[in-house]
Amino acid sequence: MSSLAIEATGLCKAFGATRAVDGVDLAVPAGSVYGVLGPNGAGKTTTIRMLATLLRPDAGSARVLGHDIVADADAVRSVVSLTGQLASVDEDLTGRENLVLLARLLGLSRGGARARAGELLEAFDLADAAGRLVKNYSGGMRRRLDIAASIVVTPQLMFLDEPTTGLDPRSRNQVWDIIRALVTEGTTILLCTQYLHEADQLADGIAVIDRGTVIAEGSPAQLKASVGFGALHVRLLDPGQRGAAERLLMRRLGGVVHLEPDPAALSAACADADRAAAAVVELAQAGVEVAEFSLGRPSLDEVFLALTGRPAAEDATGEGAAA
Amino acid sequence: MSTTPETRPTPAAGDQALSATPRPPRPSALSAALTFGWRGMLKVRHVPEQLVDVTITPVLFLLMFTYLFGGAVAGSTAVYLQFLVPGVLVMSVLFTTVYSGVALNTDMTKGVVDRFRSLPIWRPAPLVGALLGDSVRYLLAGAMIVVLGVVLGYRPGGGFVGVLAAMLLVVVFAFGLSWVFTTVGLLMRSPGAVMNGGFLAIFPLTFLSNVFVDPQTLPDWLRTFVNLNPVSHLVTAARGLMDGAATAGGIGLVLATAGVLTVVFAPLTIHLYRSRG
Repeated sequence: MSSLAIEATGLCKAFGATRAVDGVDLAVPAGSVYGVLGPNGAGKTTTIRMLATLLRPDAGSARVLGHDIVADADAVRSVVSLTGQLASVDEDLTGRENLVLLARLLGLSRGGARARAGELLEAFDLADAAGRLVKNYSGGMRRRLDIAASIVVTPQLMFLDEPTTGLDPRSRNQVWDIIRALVTEGTTILLCTQYLHEADQLADGIAVIDRGTVIAEGSPAQLKASVGFGALHVRLLDPGQRGAAERLLMRRLGGVVHLEPDPAALSAACADADRAAAAVVELAQAGVEVAEFSLGRPSLDEVFLALTGRPAAEDATGEGAAA
Repeated sequence: MSTTPETRPTPAAGDQALSATPRPPRPSALSAALTFGWRGMLKVRHVPEQLVDVTITPVLFLLMFTYLFGGAVAGSTAVYLQFLVPGVLVMSVLFTTVYSGVALNTDMTKGVVDRFRSLPIWRPAPLVGALLGDSVRYLLAGAMIVVLGVVLGYRPGGGFVGVLAAMLLVVVFAFGLSWVFTTVGLLMRSPGAVMNGGFLAIFPLTFLSNVFVDPQTLPDWLRTFVNLNPVSHLVTAARGLMDGAATAGGIGLVLATAGVLTVVFAPLTIHLYRSRG
C-alpha cells in the first residue's frame, strides 16, 4: 500500500487562550515510522490525541487509514493503538491482568486472552514479573508492558508518545528494537519525541513542530542537511575571547553560531570534519585559546536554532494542560 | 530490572510478540462491561484497604450507637439493634458509593483511561462495568454490617430471604446514586476533592434520616426534611424487608428514585467521560 496512513490538514486545538495546535498538516506514508519532533509544549501530544480520537479538533480535518477522525471515530479506533506519554497501563493490576484485560476488550476469548498474555509476557521478558502489581515495576518494565498492551492485536497504526523519555539507555534500545520489529510487520508508527537522535534512529520522515505548527519536514538526512550535518562545539580558556571566536567561526563556517549558556562555550553548524578542523586551527592562529573542541550531531536545540532562529522554547502550557 | 542482556526481548526474531491471528470482532457491549467489572473486582482483591476504609466508619457507628445510645434511645441495646442494623446497612453502602466517584477521578488522572477511550468498544462500558464491579463492593460492605449485627444479637424477622432482598434493594439504589458521584468525580479536580465533597453531601443525607432515630421524636421542620429524604425511604423499605413487613409502594418508590438518578446522571457521566480531553 503506497497510500497515506495519516492525512491531516489544518488541525487546530485550543485550551482556553492557549493555542496548543495551530494548523498542523501531516502526510504520513503507510508502513513507515514518522517522527514528530519538538520540545515540551510544542503540541505533539495534543496532535496525537486528536488523531487517536481522544480529542475533537476545533478546526481542520484528518483521515487515519482512510477514516475521518471525527465522523468515523469508531472505525479509527478499531485500527489504531495508543501508547500515551503516561504509561497507559493499570498500576493496581498485575502485568498479566493488564494484558488479559486488554485482550478481552479487543474481543479475544477467555482462553485466547490468557494465551496471548502469556506469549507477550514471554516476548517482552516480563514472565517473571507477570504476577506482580505494575506499580512495583521499573520504568523500563512498565514501558515494555505498555507497548505489549498496544500490540495484543497487531494494530495497523500505532501512536507512540515519547516512548523512551525517562528510560535508561538499555531499556531505550529494547523499545527501539520493538518498534523496528513492528514496522517490519507492516505497522505504521507515529512517533512523538523530544530527541533528534531517536527520530534519526527510527524515523523515515520527520516533522518538526513548534508552537503548534509544523516548521520543517523531511527525511532525517534532508533535515540534517538543512541544519548542517553536525555541530562544532568549542570551549575557550578565556570567556572574554568569545566575541572574537564567534566572528571568526561565522566567517569561516557560515551560518549561525550559537552562544552556549556556558560563557566560554559556543557552537556552530558544520557538516564537514575537515572544515571544522581548519576553523579550530585558525582560531589558535588568531590567538584565541581553545580549551576543548568536539564535532557532534546537532542537538534538538541546534535544530531549533537553525530552523527558527531562537532556542527551543520550554513552554509550560500546551501539552501539560492538555493531559 | 532483573533482565540480563542474554534475555533481552528480540521481537524481531520471535513470532510471539506479534499476533499471528487476525483481529477478532469487537466484543459485545455486555462482554466489555463485564470485563470492566472484572477489573473492578481485581482491584478489591489487590487493594482491599480501599474497601476497609469506607466500611470501618459504619462498623464503628453500629458499635457506638448500639452500646452508647441504645439504652437511652430505645430502652435497651437489644431493641435498638433491631432498629439500627438496617439503617447502618444503608449507611455503609451509601458511603461506599462516594468511593465510585473517587475511583473514577483517580482513573482519569492515569494514562490507562486514554487507552480505554481509544479502544473500539461500547463507549459507556468502562463506566457501567466499573459500577457493576462496585456493586459487588456494595454487597460486601452491606454483608459485613449484617454479619456484625447478627453477631451482636440482631435477628431479622424477614429471615435470610428478607435480608437478601433488602441488600439487593440497597445495592440497586446505590447503583443509581453512584452515577451522581461519578458525575461529581469527573467534575472535580482531585480524588481528595471528590471524597470531601461526596461526604459533605452524604453525611447530612444519612444523619438527617431515619437511620438512627424514629422521626416522630423530631421537631416539625426537621421531620419534614427527614420524611422527604430519599435515604429515609430506602431505610424504611430495607427495614420493612428485613423485618418481614415491606410495602410494595415503599419498594417501588426506592426503585423509582434509583431509576430517576440513573436516567439523569448516567448520560451526564458518559458525556463528561467522552468529552474529557
